[in-house]
Amino acid sequence: MSLRAEAHTPPATEVRRFGLVQKWVHRTTAALMGVCVVTAAFLYIPQFAELVGRRELVVRVHECAGLALPVPVLVGLVSRRFRADLGHLNRFGPHDRVWLRGALVRDKRRSARPAAKFNAGQKIYAAWIAGATWVMLGTGLIMWFTHLTPLMWRTSATFVHDWLALTIGIVLAGHIGMAIGDPEARSGLRTGKVSREWAEREHPLWRP
Amino acid sequence: MNSEQPEEPGRPTPEARGTPVGRRVLLGTIGLGALGVVTAPTLQRAMEGFLGAAAGKDPTGLTGLLPNGGGFRYYSVASSVPHRNATNYRLTVDGLVDRPKTYTLDDLRAMPQTRLVKDVQCVTGWRVPGTPFEGVRLSRLLDAAGVRSTAGAVRFTCFDGTYTESLTLDQARRSDILVALRMQDKNIGHDHGGPVRLYVAPMYFYKSAKWLSGITVTEDVRPGYWEDRGYDVDAWVGHSNGRDDEPTS
Repeated sequence: MSLRAEAHTPPATEVRRFGLVQKWVHRTTAALMGVCVVTAAFLYIPQFAELVGRRELVVRVHECAGLALPVPVLVGLVSRRFRADLGHLNRFGPHDRVWLRGALVRDKRRSARPAAKFNAGQKIYAAWIAGATWVMLGTGLIMWFTHLTPLMWRTSATFVHDWLALTIGIVLAGHIGMAIGDPEARSGLRTGKVSREWAEREHPLWRP
Repeated sequence: MNSEQPEEPGRPTPEARGTPVGRRVLLGTIGLGALGVVTAPTLQRAMEGFLGAAAGKDPTGLTGLLPNGGGFRYYSVASSVPHRNATNYRLTVDGLVDRPKTYTLDDLRAMPQTRLVKDVQCVTGWRVPGTPFEGVRLSRLLDAAGVRSTAGAVRFTCFDGTYTESLTLDQARRSDILVALRMQDKNIGHDHGGPVRLYVAPMYFYKSAKWLSGITVTEDVRPGYWEDRGYDVDAWVGHSNGRDDEPTS
């Protein structure tokens, strides 16, 4: 991977962005999150609750999907490349601050949005949704196993669970909206490959 | 900082040794969640006050969708609930009584009505202040049926085919327990358990069975639907289910 060696390879039109593990971790997590959101809507929004009823069954599905939600990521940890991606998501460089400032002032120029494999927005989203998942899991377990904690805790847990669910719903909608707006990013997660042109435009500091 | 961007390919990525901001955001989110649980009672009271006021002035009804946004939540344990109206609704009173009887909706409407205005408290936390309920006192129906001396409890069944509830006979004879026909000064709609539901003012709202269709006087209390699933049978608001809400009646 020396500078010279790269310079002499003919420019490929496609670059590899994600391997099998990353793709499947994302897919299964997305599916489980989808089940959580849909069942939550059935439990929570009166119009949907009236449509579906069967509260016990819906609760059971919601609980199981929620419990399974962190599993794909935990299983993915066996992969070195997946761990490397988590490292990329975790570590922030000076360019990430530039990106965040650019995003805050809605500066869309390329120079205002420097990004390596993941941009600062994706990094913050990943870290936040991971933390939020653990909070939802913790509060969910308190609501589920009512005898583990004093019942007063259940009300408090319900309160946090409800409001965080609403927040996650909004943030998730933003995540999906941005994916809809960038077909190539989506095909990157589907096929694992993106065009070199896209990579250089969206992730100029990324060296695949 | 821009000047630090590497321009040529092949340079190690700048984040190879970056700050672990991601980990901090993750742990911070978890910490905030824990803090939220600890401060929830205070936050919830403040939020209920604010949203309760806002819901009163909100023509869109969107505040009703917010957590604790004021207003009722729809819970049904059955997959679908048949609709009943004045022509096909029946309420039977039977069991350990001398005069079993079946009431139509008009029969119930013709009886003396009692109106109570109290808070509704759900065991999951939401509370709807000052909600009027109107209907026939349960004690009146029991007296009309002639409860036998061996009786000790009352069991309620519902035309959703699934839900059941029960009260001790002493509880059932309280004056703040109604077979309710009206709620919020309207006939009770299907979604709220209409045309007739039970209203047990002093207890958590799961005792107020919706779609009431049967009142059976029994010897002993048989736990109802949610009570088989861990809820308290004697569900006094503020003194059961491990909660300390302000009593409603």
